[in-house]
Amino acid sequence: MNKQEALFDYLVRLGDTSLIAGQRLSEWCGHGPILEEDIALTNISLDLIGQARQFLTYAGEVEGRGRDEDALAYHRDVWEFKNVKLIEQPNGDFAQTILKQYFLSTFNCLLYGALSHSKDETLAAIAAKSLKEVLYHKRHSAEWLKRLGDGTAESKQRMEFALEELWTYTGELFEMTEVDKVLVEEGIACDLNELYMRWLNEVEEIFEEATLDMPKDVFMASGSRKGLHTEHLGFILAEMQFLPRAYPDAKW
Amino acid sequence: MVSVLNKENVWELLESIPDPEIPVISIVDLGIIRSVDISDQKTLVTITPTYSGCPAMFEIESQIKEVLSNAGIGNLELKTVLAPAWTTDWINAEAKKKLEEYGIAPPKPGIFSEDTLVACPFCKSENTSVTSVFGSTPCKALFYCNSCEQPFEHFKCH
Repeated sequence: MNKQEALFDYLVRLGDTSLIAGQRLSEWCGHGPILEEDIALTNISLDLIGQARQFLTYAGEVEGRGRDEDALAYHRDVWEFKNVKLIEQPNGDFAQTILKQYFLSTFNCLLYGALSHSKDETLAAIAAKSLKEVLYHKRHSAEWLKRLGDGTAESKQRMEFALEELWTYTGELFEMTEVDKVLVEEGIACDLNELYMRWLNEVEEIFEEATLDMPKDVFMASGSRKGLHTEHLGFILAEMQFLPRAYPDAKW
Repeated sequence: MVSVLNKENVWELLESIPDPEIPVISIVDLGIIRSVDISDQKTLVTITPTYSGCPAMFEIESQIKEVLSNAGIGNLELKTVLAPAWTTDWINAEAKKKLEEYGIAPPKPGIFSEDTLVACPFCKSENTSVTSVFGSTPCKALFYCNSCEQPFEHFKCH
C-alpha cells in the first residue's frame, strides 16, 4: 500500500465517521426531549456533516479520479464505508445518544488535537478547525452524562443500559491497520494506541463523577476498517442516498 | 467592462455585505475575508469559513460574487482556506459593540474563556445563566439574564 492509497482510505474513514454520525444525529430534529436539546443535537450534526465534507472533498482530491464529496457520500455502497460501527447504531433513547456522543467527541478531541500537527498540511488544517467544534460537542455530552448518570433512578438505569449496549463498539475507534502504519511512519497520522490510554483515563474520570461503573473486559466488535458493518448502516444509506441516486440531476 | 477598482475599493464593497444571519455586522467585521489580491486584472478574494457546517457560507459566497460583479469586476476568483482556523478574536472591537447593541452578547478572547460570566446585553448584569451552548446558529449560545429576566444570545468564543 502506498502513501496515496493509505491517505485516501484514512480520509474516507474520518469523513464517513463524521458523515454517518451527523446523519444519525439529524434524526433527532423535531424529536428532542426539549427544544434546546433538539437545537443542540442538530447543531452538532451540522458541524459533523461540515467536517465530513472537508474530509471527503480532500479524499477525492487525493484519490485523483474525479470523485467529489457528493460522489463519495452518495455513490458508494455499505462495504466501501469505513465509519466505526459505534456511530451507525440506532439513536435509542436520549441516554444512548449522549453516551455515544461522549465516546465519539472525547475521541475526536484527542484525534484532531494530534492530527493538527500532521505533516499533511490540509489534514492538519481540517483537524485544527474541527477541534474547536468538537470541544463544544464533548462539553455538551459530558455535562449530560454526569447529570443522567448521577441523576434519578430512572436516568441512571437508562445510562447503565446505554453502556451495556455501546461499550462493545468503543474498541474499534482505536484499531490500527496497515493504513495507520504507513501514515504514522510518514508523520501524517497518529498512534491510536497512545490516544487509547488518554481516552480511557478521561472516560474513567467522568464515569466516577457520573457514578457509573467502568465495564469489565467485554468482547469488542471489529470489522469496520474492512468495510464490515452492522445491518443498521444499510438502512441509513438507503435513506441518505435515495434522492441523488433516484434523481441524479436533481438541483437544490 | 474592465475593472478599475483597486484593493481598497474591493474592501469597501465587501464591507457593504451584511452577515446573512446577523445583518448588523458585515462579513469583513466577522473576519472571514482573509485577503484581497489584484493582479493582471484578476481579483482574488480569500475567505475562511466560520464553522465547518455553517449554512450561511454558501449565501456569503454568492453575495460576494453578486456585489463584486455588479461593481464591474468580471475576473473574480473566490478561494477558501482553512488555516489559520477562524477565531472570534478576529471580530474587531467596533463590531463587538454593534453586536451588543443588537442584543447579542459579544465573544470574549479565546475558546471557552469565562463564557459562563457573560454580561446581559440589555441590562449589563453579570447575573446570567447558560440555557444551552447551542443556539439558533452554529456561532451562538442561549443565555438567560436573572436580573432583567430576558433570554438573550451570546456569540460563542471560538
